[in-house]
Amino acid sequence: MTDEHGPDLMRASLDHCVKCTICESACPVAAVTPLFPGPKYVGPQAERFRTHDPSVDASLDYCSGCGICTLVCPQGVHVAEINAHARAAMKRERGMPLRDHLLARSGLEGKLGTPVAPLANLVLSNRRVRELTERFIGIHAEAPLPKFAGHTFQRWARRRPAAAGQQQVVYFHGCSTNYFEPGLGRMTVAVLEHNGYSVLVPPQDCCGLPLQSNGIFGTARSYVRRLVAHLAPYARDGYKIVATSTSCGLMLKREAIEILGIPDEDLAVVSRQTYDICEFLAELDAEGMLATDFGPVPMTVTYHAPCQQQGHNMGKPALDLLGQIPELTVIELDRACCGIAGTYGLKREKYDIAMKVGSGLFGDIRAEAPDLAVCDSETCRWQISHGTGVRSVHPVEILHRAYGLK
Amino acid sequence: MISAAQARHADVVVIGAGLAGLTAATRLAEAGLRVLVVAKGLGSLRLAPATIDILGYEPGLVGDPRGALPGFVAAHPEHPYALVTPQLLDDSVQWLKEHVDFCAYVGDPGTNMLLPTAIGVPRPSAVVPETMASGDVRSSVSLVIAGLRELKDFHPALAAENLQAASAAAGRDVSARPVLLNAPVGSEVDLSSLALARRFEDPAFREAVAAQLRAAVRDEQAIGVPAVLGLGQVAPVWSALQESVGRPVFEIPTIPPSVPGFRLASALQDRLRRAGGRLLLGAAVTGPELRNGDLAGVRVQSAARQSARTCRWVVLATGGLASGGIDVDLSLRARESALGLPVSGPGPGAAAFLPGYFDAHPIGTIGLRVDKALRPVGASGEPVHSNVLAAGAVIAGARPWQEKSGNGISLATGYLAADLILEEAG
Repeated sequence: MTDEHGPDLMRASLDHCVKCTICESACPVAAVTPLFPGPKYVGPQAERFRTHDPSVDASLDYCSGCGICTLVCPQGVHVAEINAHARAAMKRERGMPLRDHLLARSGLEGKLGTPVAPLANLVLSNRRVRELTERFIGIHAEAPLPKFAGHTFQRWARRRPAAAGQQQVVYFHGCSTNYFEPGLGRMTVAVLEHNGYSVLVPPQDCCGLPLQSNGIFGTARSYVRRLVAHLAPYARDGYKIVATSTSCGLMLKREAIEILGIPDEDLAVVSRQTYDICEFLAELDAEGMLATDFGPVPMTVTYHAPCQQQGHNMGKPALDLLGQIPELTVIELDRACCGIAGTYGLKREKYDIAMKVGSGLFGDIRAEAPDLAVCDSETCRWQISHGTGVRSVHPVEILHRAYGLK
Repeated sequence: MISAAQARHADVVVIGAGLAGLTAATRLAEAGLRVLVVAKGLGSLRLAPATIDILGYEPGLVGDPRGALPGFVAAHPEHPYALVTPQLLDDSVQWLKEHVDFCAYVGDPGTNMLLPTAIGVPRPSAVVPETMASGDVRSSVSLVIAGLRELKDFHPALAAENLQAASAAAGRDVSARPVLLNAPVGSEVDLSSLALARRFEDPAFREAVAAQLRAAVRDEQAIGVPAVLGLGQVAPVWSALQESVGRPVFEIPTIPPSVPGFRLASALQDRLRRAGGRLLLGAAVTGPELRNGDLAGVRVQSAARQSARTCRWVVLATGGLASGGIDVDLSLRARESALGLPVSGPGPGAAAFLPGYFDAHPIGTIGLRVDKALRPVGASGEPVHSNVLAAGAVIAGARPWQEKSGNGISLATGYLAADLILEEAG
């Protein structure tokens, strides 16, 4: 299956481009800055010149990699995947700032920061430190960085006796849950257990997505292989693997195959078994197997489906779940992107662009004045909170509350 | 509140997010049905001028499309308009007018205006954004056609000269004088129409253009500009510009990206969402979900897997040959791309093309044959599925680019599909 879906096929899809401009008109970055001429221009058009000298135009670096161009293309051109390759080639040629290497290793940062979390958080919230970091490293002083929790989800999961459930499911929690939001992991376990599952949490490391989005494909491939080696035995035994990080889940489902082109049977089987948590619960619902003993949650929340969630091409299952909770008002927002695109909006030269991309979303959220802003992706949640002052949570947190779980 | 176990089941799955699909879906959602729109990508609505062209040529120029339809249908009994009554056409236009809020849609199916295109062709259209209507060249008029140097795909000299010549050839006295303005965009030299439309929402930008227009206009009656007067804030931008220039201003649609198309598609998508309809984007429908021989839904390709989306009815609004709703391979074998329904058109070995570029090529009318209830039929004339309805360009029998009938067919059949389902749903 890898050969059928890999980068060669992605590139071949550019022959389907009829230059219709629908991707240009949907691109959230081109809409706010003249520095990025749009996905068609740097993608299917420039690709024709990338036979010998891969890099024809440095403006490609301003692509945030959100993937909306691929999503909206009526011809099935994999614009974002083609551009991801071209960007990686350009960075290989022209060199990459140390900053990008740092940002691409969230798992390493988590490992380093966790034991010294109070100090690390203090230092990283210091204005002067952030100004120096911006100046010398290139991470914008205002950019939303998460706080280290000081303990890991893995540690909590290892020490916890597994609940007896009718069925078992594997939880792929990702780095952000492990180091920054372990509470989300605990809520996910509780929600799955409430639905009669016992939750297996195998050892796991970074999926390599931040490396890939920064164009560091070689290391990204080794990260994916390492992760997949942990997960494949379960996948082969027919376990479903659920992910709360919607972007890392998409890495396993699609991007490791389509962008990194890993010809690996382990990856293929893991990919087939991986589900976004809301997708998984919505499928339970469709089978009449979802616990629907939702208590009232008298709140108004907005829901923003982040770009990477949309990349699953599965609609918005979170709405189907949240729509069942009594007294909860869910306002579906219709904005393409919050701007952050993983690590893009953290970068000194891109922070303002990212904030402009997100301004429409921030304005919509502020106008609704919700109790919470629901969103499936961690970096997007941090950006939304940064841009609006409204606390942003994963849909699982609302389900957890509605089930009355501790 | 959604009841359990229904969350993934829709009353209606609409395939395609163009004018036909969005019209059907929005109507159905507003009537309280659970609607899921599944679309491989965003539709060609965003590429076109967003005027509702009902019937422009039969092949002679049509002045009154509504009045001409009975004769046209009699001459073309296989045409999609044979499914549509004049009343339904009026109702669908009225519905659209009530569902567009960025500016008014004006005109009526009983009258064609003649509006200049970007290459100066007076194009017949019946129902149009108010921002275009004062470009009507049916009667004598003197115009300025203004371009912006930074919009490289709109040439006012070309438009003006062609418009004068075409009008003169048809015995109409139209004068058009080109002027070229500078957009106040600093060092940028090449902007898309969409980028310019966003700039026009900035009052300072708009005023700077207006000042150049004031200086350029002599005693002309109206000013034509490329259709870039705002994206979301259309009516206020257009009004402010007219007021500032002291003359009627009209928009001329550009080549893609089409700002008027973007506005109309966004407005309808917004209506759909507000009515509770869902949009599943980037997902191709790979086939029918059959249960006991009946169509119980559609199969959808998502990341890593296919899944079934069950429903009671399907509205197939995937577009025609140009949009991929009908796939034709090099040996002219045709297939309907979403559900594999039988296609009516020149088969392998039959003549598909005629020698002249503008000839009525047999392949042009390829599509699905449908019954009175819009259900695609097989060779026997019997519906393939009792609960699948087709709408828009996927229906066989029209030549929209020659007739200037595309959006009229899509709007009317999309509207009709919703009517038929609502009738059956009771």
